[in-house]
Amino acid sequence: MTLDPKGVAALALHRFGLGPRPGSINVIASDPRGALLAEIDRPGAGQIGHHPELLASAQAARAAYEDREARQAKQTLAQRAQKEAERQKAMAAEAGGDMSMEAKAGAAMETPAAPKPEVRPEPPLAQQILRKEAKARIDAALGAEIGFADRLAWFWSNHFCVNADKVPALAGGYEREAIRPHVLGRFADMLLAAESHPAMLFYLDNSSSIGPNSTAGINRSRGLNENLAREILELHTLGVRSGYTQDDVTRFAYVLTGWTIIPVANDPERGGQFVFNRRLHEPGPQQVVGKTYADGGAEQGRAVLGDLARHPATATHVATKLARHFVADEPPPALVERLAKVFRDTDGDLKQVSKALVTAPEAWSEQRPKLKRPAEWIIAGLRAVGITDADVQRMLQGFNLLGEPLWRPPAPKGFSDEQGAWLDGLALRIDIASQFATRVADRIDPASIVDLALGPLASSETRQTVARAESRAQALTLLLMSPEFQRR
Amino acid sequence: MTTCLHAYSRRELLLGSGVLFAWTHLPKLARAEGRDPRVLVVVLRGALDGLAMVAPVGDPDWVALRGDKALLVDGNTPALRLDNFFALNPAMPNLHRLYAAGQATIVHAAATPYRERSHFDGQDVLESGLTKPGAVDTGWLNRALATLAPEGRVNPRGGRAFAVGPVTPLVVRGPAPVMSWSPTRLQPASDDTVLRLIDLYRHTDPALAQTLEGRMGLIEMTRAEKMNLIDAAGGQGAQPGIPRIRAYFAEAAGTAAAYLARPDGPRVGALAFGGWDTHINEGAVGGQLGNLLGALDGAIAAIEGNMRDAWHETVVMVVTEFGRTARINGNDGTDHGTGTVALLLGGALKGGRVVADWPGLKPANLFEGRDLKPTTDLRAVLKGVLKDHLRVGDEALAASVFPGSEAVKPLGGLLASA
Repeated sequence: MTLDPKGVAALALHRFGLGPRPGSINVIASDPRGALLAEIDRPGAGQIGHHPELLASAQAARAAYEDREARQAKQTLAQRAQKEAERQKAMAAEAGGDMSMEAKAGAAMETPAAPKPEVRPEPPLAQQILRKEAKARIDAALGAEIGFADRLAWFWSNHFCVNADKVPALAGGYEREAIRPHVLGRFADMLLAAESHPAMLFYLDNSSSIGPNSTAGINRSRGLNENLAREILELHTLGVRSGYTQDDVTRFAYVLTGWTIIPVANDPERGGQFVFNRRLHEPGPQQVVGKTYADGGAEQGRAVLGDLARHPATATHVATKLARHFVADEPPPALVERLAKVFRDTDGDLKQVSKALVTAPEAWSEQRPKLKRPAEWIIAGLRAVGITDADVQRMLQGFNLLGEPLWRPPAPKGFSDEQGAWLDGLALRIDIASQFATRVADRIDPASIVDLALGPLASSETRQTVARAESRAQALTLLLMSPEFQRR
Repeated sequence: MTTCLHAYSRRELLLGSGVLFAWTHLPKLARAEGRDPRVLVVVLRGALDGLAMVAPVGDPDWVALRGDKALLVDGNTPALRLDNFFALNPAMPNLHRLYAAGQATIVHAAATPYRERSHFDGQDVLESGLTKPGAVDTGWLNRALATLAPEGRVNPRGGRAFAVGPVTPLVVRGPAPVMSWSPTRLQPASDDTVLRLIDLYRHTDPALAQTLEGRMGLIEMTRAEKMNLIDAAGGQGAQPGIPRIRAYFAEAAGTAAAYLARPDGPRVGALAFGGWDTHINEGAVGGQLGNLLGALDGAIAAIEGNMRDAWHETVVMVVTEFGRTARINGNDGTDHGTGTVALLLGGALKGGRVVADWPGLKPANLFEGRDLKPTTDLRAVLKGVLKDHLRVGDEALAASVFPGSEAVKPLGGLLASA
């Protein structure tokens, strides 16, 4: 069976986008590939527009720090006041020395063990910031016409992941500042922006890495941490088993010493920003992956990153991951090579690579072997019923339950892009779909929802199963759980 | 690296609806001997510092190597003596008790065949059972089950692999369909909806059908009898920080054990705990690693308690992808290394000893001048347990369970009965 234009449009929306919204299959049916290309050609594609509530990450780091300090001061004052009250009570008890044992015990019990606030305290500012960032990300995904640019942003954010458990106030700002501006720009620029961002420097411990022969290294006992250097080589650029050695890791870690963060506690103006601190930097030239880099301070690290971005192993690594994410767990080698070639030929122009992806014939196979990742599936479900204003808290819970908590990957490698990792969460998806469907069932028309969400992709079995459902809610649950909606 | 831990109350765990099991076989040979063996694999993701868990206090170079971070039997918080050479981290009194009772064996200076230092490749080798990473998407535990001759219908629901968490560990993925069990706070969808979906999947997507079919079996099982879990976490509800991690470890491990203990339950399970990648301020005593080891010790107690009588037929294998640098790094932590510790626990063991061909800690003895040198191939230990406990054949062990391991003979004498 060959797909008609509407079928190709539905495939484009599910495979490269975030799923159809009501009507969007028809909107792009005349030229689905052209619609994908037009979306990434739009100025500002993939970025989150100016938003008055979102802070630059250094600002967020300072605000979160001040909030923490203020809370602690408040707590200290409360403890002091309580101690004072207890002391006065004890003095009063001593004064009335004829008090019986029972009365004393009663008096002790009257002293509250801990103050019980009547109202729920506001969550820490860092969590509030994280929530706003999550909402901005989800709103962008729900509002996108196709969602290809957002899918690319999600992909790169996962490639260069940080973890919000470690950097709650920075995780969202990191994605907006270091990832999204470069999603359709140059890989080298994204690499430099990511590795020099305070969120990454703190997440992978480089902010506390000190060259043993630097001024600070000689004067103190703390020293080198090779975590960031290793993950840049293994995960962000060349890829594991691409030929670099332990010595390359160590040397590169030396190169990166001094890439750190201005402490938030000391500098209310610039705290939380990236800084190159020469006192921490290992002096001297370093040889990394076969090339010697003279010591030029931060330039040394920029030079290494620039060469890593241009290395052919990086092109292959990135091309493989992109093809695996969008097309198949085991992507066609010809597709990988084509993407890698564009990457090499254009000096890592990611817009050209993205265009090569959606114009490659292998990327349009009608076989749909990939299971949508949890966040893709949940967003697609909301889009299918035309929701644009989501209950962010509930969505975040859904991501958590399905094993893809937002900005909290289990490891620096990010979330898996292979079906095996997600298949077993299928049963949980039924419960989430069922709850969601129960809440929104009155918005949908069971007779038309299959066409709006799947178009010609829907099998006759799926159409029949949805049509025979016992309720609107069950119809929507079955649609969201149908193989055609689960896969992309 | 941080791993996300979510604490769920026991009630939430029991209400869990995303419950799935793999239909595998019963080990016929073991059954013929009148045994009903259980195996649980616990993967510690992030690379455990074996030297901080089990310290070679009798090695003359130990204190020089770790300085004030070295565990000592006469330190402020004394390590628990195992023998004249090794001592256990003080955060693990339950393990120490089991060791004294002959129900725990510690393997030291062990490693998989993997000699690089990538977590993800290391875990891949550890769980796939192959010598190279990225070669297959199946795990040795699942493939071991697939080789066992089935015992028939004695136990129609038994012999299923069991995995905890929404993301299934590779070690239990494979030809025997694997199902996982995940905690959930949600009201489950109706059985009717599930049945309709299974019917749809059967007609359109066999892979999804197979995944979902296992779920119905578990729902029946959970309804058939309310399971009686020991609340090893000591209390319920969301708790912050370390208590939350302790509660999560104990609940996840305890739940797995409660299922394995049932007469009609699965016989093989796996779960994974993260958080062991201690690059900064490792804190072997009283710090982050000490806390994690304490949580692991609580999980061990929960397994023992919830296994009840089946404990005597149980072997728990606690493994990690590789060890950490022998020396402390510049941040009072340790970086990725090589040789480390594996634990065997259970009433079926002939335990109470440390199995180690000790390589020494002098600079010349360290692997690449930085890591504890591996002298025991972890596969020999795993093969020894699979062979003597589950009765997986030598040929299968070398051919399909751990391909390329012909030269690595199963370590004998680990089990009390064999």
